[in-house]
Amino acid sequence: MDMLTFLPYLLVMAGVTYLIRALPFVLVNKKIENRFLNSFLYYIPYTVLAAMTFPAILYGTNHMISAIAGLAVAVFIAYKGKGLLIVAVGACSAVFVAELVLMVVR
Amino acid sequence: MDFNKGLKDGIPVALGYFSVSIAFGLMAIENECSALEAVLISVTNLTSAGQFAGVTVLAAMGTYVEMAMTQLVINSRYSLMAISLSQKVDGKFRGIWKWLLGFAITDEIFAVAIGHDGSISKEYFSGLISLPILGWSAGTLFGAVLGNIMPEIITTSLGIALYGMFIAVVVPKARENRHVLITVILAIIISTVIRYVPVFSGISAGFAIIISAVIASVAGAVFFPVKEAE
Repeated sequence: MDMLTFLPYLLVMAGVTYLIRALPFVLVNKKIENRFLNSFLYYIPYTVLAAMTFPAILYGTNHMISAIAGLAVAVFIAYKGKGLLIVAVGACSAVFVAELVLMVVR
Repeated sequence: MDFNKGLKDGIPVALGYFSVSIAFGLMAIENECSALEAVLISVTNLTSAGQFAGVTVLAAMGTYVEMAMTQLVINSRYSLMAISLSQKVDGKFRGIWKWLLGFAITDEIFAVAIGHDGSISKEYFSGLISLPILGWSAGTLFGAVLGNIMPEIITTSLGIALYGMFIAVVVPKARENRHVLITVILAIIISTVIRYVPVFSGISAGFAIIISAVIASVAGAVFFPVKEAE
């Protein structure tokens, strides 16, 4: 793609994305005292991450079966209290094995 | 010390990013971008869904307004994360540091930062974002240059790593706190309904996340308000 055509698009794309992140981060400087808002913000990380994971994870691999295997293994390992890396590696391995099995079976 | 701890916590994120951005690099090349342009997009945007959508607009030569609106819709969840994170940073992490480091608030970096014990210093956050930025850019380059010779089974397996990290943050918290468990289940029910009920099919993936998270968190705040200490 021609650089001169590309750069304005890049600027718009990166600029909007940057402001979405930086503006609220910079503007909210004080500790929020309102109990409702605090409670809302307390739940936000977990609800955002959960909504991002499900059902999207089901479509994250080549076959839904391997995705379900990855999801189940990740939930199990996380439930055991293991850290991010171990959970991530476990999920990847489960998907790898499931995809291998599917390749052989079909 | 804090910087090194951040670096270490960023390793799994960086590995996940490397694999996912390979897919982005491949996709960008297929959409007429050069390898340099693909890497420029990754370095300046550092976001998966927004970049994939952005390249689609770019390939179709859409308007600048269309590009801006696409990014706004898909990425506005970062605003919620930024506000949430602003409550967890320490007193010295402010002003210019927020302007500088705020660009690296991503789903995964946010997840790790929220899971971090205690408040977040600018040193810790700088360490945390370093390797993921490197991984995201390097993976994009790798995908743009060599992606089509990698076996697909490897890329598809690595692709689930990011979800694994989300699960690693949510599940332990939901296990110890029943109120979190209930709000999380509510968020999942809403996002599932939006995905599968035909009436809602016009709602983009980015908006679906916001709607699900906001409704579930409002319900949580109404029915299970937290005490100051939490």
